[in-house]
Amino acid sequence: MLDRFLKPYIVCFSVCLLPLLGIVIDMIFDNLGPDPIQALHIRLGDWSLRLLWLTLCVTPIQKMTQWRGMAQYRKLLGLYTFFYASLHVIVYLWLDQGLAWGAIATDIIESSYIWFGVSAFVIVLALAITTPKVMVKRLGRNWKKLHRNIYIASIAVIIHYYWQLKGNMAEPLFYLLILVLLLGFRLAVWFKNRKFTKMMIPTTRKIKVVKVDSSADQTLAGQSKTIVIEEVDTEAEI
Amino acid sequence: MIIKTHKSIPNSEITDPVVFKQRRQLIKAMLALGITGSAMYSDFSNASEAKWQNLPKGYQPKAALNATSADIVKNHTNYYEFSYNKTDSTALAQALPIDPWSVEIIGEVEKPGVYHLEDLLSQQTLQEYIYRFRCVEAWSMVVPWIGFPLASLLNKVRPLSTAQFVKFTTLLDPKSMPNQADSRLLEWPYVEGLRIDEAMHPLTILATGMYGEALPKQNGAPLRLVVPWKYGFKSIKAVVKIELLKRAPLSTWSKSAPNDYGFYANVNPEVPHPRWSQSSERVLGAGFFTPRRKTELFNGYADEVAALYSNMDLRHFF
Repeated sequence: MLDRFLKPYIVCFSVCLLPLLGIVIDMIFDNLGPDPIQALHIRLGDWSLRLLWLTLCVTPIQKMTQWRGMAQYRKLLGLYTFFYASLHVIVYLWLDQGLAWGAIATDIIESSYIWFGVSAFVIVLALAITTPKVMVKRLGRNWKKLHRNIYIASIAVIIHYYWQLKGNMAEPLFYLLILVLLLGFRLAVWFKNRKFTKMMIPTTRKIKVVKVDSSADQTLAGQSKTIVIEEVDTEAEI
Repeated sequence: MIIKTHKSIPNSEITDPVVFKQRRQLIKAMLALGITGSAMYSDFSNASEAKWQNLPKGYQPKAALNATSADIVKNHTNYYEFSYNKTDSTALAQALPIDPWSVEIIGEVEKPGVYHLEDLLSQQTLQEYIYRFRCVEAWSMVVPWIGFPLASLLNKVRPLSTAQFVKFTTLLDPKSMPNQADSRLLEWPYVEGLRIDEAMHPLTILATGMYGEALPKQNGAPLRLVVPWKYGFKSIKAVVKIELLKRAPLSTWSKSAPNDYGFYANVNPEVPHPRWSQSSERVLGAGFFTPRRKTELFNGYADEVAALYSNMDLRHFF
């Protein structure tokens, strides 16, 4: 039982390491092209963006398939996002800028696209730090509020990507389109729930109180819908 | 004569071609030993160009000691007519027909006309110019160009006193330049411009070769402008038209993004691009642990060209 439960998780864990392996192999064989540091930097950034997008895919997939137990994958992908983003930042600070803090300060102050990268990284860092169960317990209700900042991080990331380019926007537009779908899904759910809550909850409650015995079917129907709504709210979203 | 500025480019910043070659040999040896099954290192399909025939006597390819590795320069080009990817344009540009080539010189000149490239070159003495090349994207390299001063060409066609600006135009050929047919990112053909005193400056050259060989197609063959104190996009490739004008032409990037790219585009660490810093640059070929280089005003050519802009606010005229 445990075996069956762990296998896909281990596969997912390993697959997430493959991009890093590819990058390291290209580094060893001097296959990063004429500007290797930038290539390294950009490839790590690309993968942290892709993993963030994958992280954001988990909740919609879970909702649509009703498949339970995906929270661990969301956590795994979220932590990998942080992992690749950290490598991206380390390459910038260490290889690209040579830890020259004055130059780094000038570069960040003068480069508005980096502001968005920094914002996204600070958010992802905060989310990574608050991943352990101890932190989830300690933060209580605020944990969910904090982790909703992933949406802000994703928007900052797409601006960070878009603003550094000179002309060709095909790739950032592709990722923007996917992000619009991912965030649009949540917006649609939120709107639906708000409408639902306004319409349904007072009537269901009335039914609960008045017709508990007389029409059990209706009550159940109402309750199950209410549960669905509550699930949306209580689900820890990353 | 080799024109060099007083500040020679320190060798420490440049890939030693010997090291570069050794590294390649090592990789090839590893491949031969079967350490890897497939060719991990893609040797870019860049068939070596024929040695340049018209070099002046006494030419020595000393540049190879100082310049960025030719492999990097040949495979790292922003040639948007072919591709938005710096490596892909190497292969794509090979489709460009460059022989025969003619250049139209018109506008405020005594002798306008369409000139065959051979005729233009036969009047010029080719020299080597080792220049630092700084891209607006904050990377740089050192290229040993072969060419001649633009001034010496302009003097042959005799600019009128009314000529205040020079406009350059790249070939328009959607059949061989795919993005001219498919992409509206920029308005084609590509156009650049210089003030007449910038155009007449001895550092401003038209290049027909580099590294002792004919200019590769992806680097702007058969004729490109090189203005070493300005960002790379000013150094227009595959020039087919040179117009002398009374008024400033609107360059392609200025038209596309007027707040990002000005007419002058002088290299200046104090004036950032609206979205990124220009304070430093990555020197290509410098190795993983070499820090970025501090960008110099006018790309290090301030002594030669600062007088051209003595009364100008460089933040305004960026």
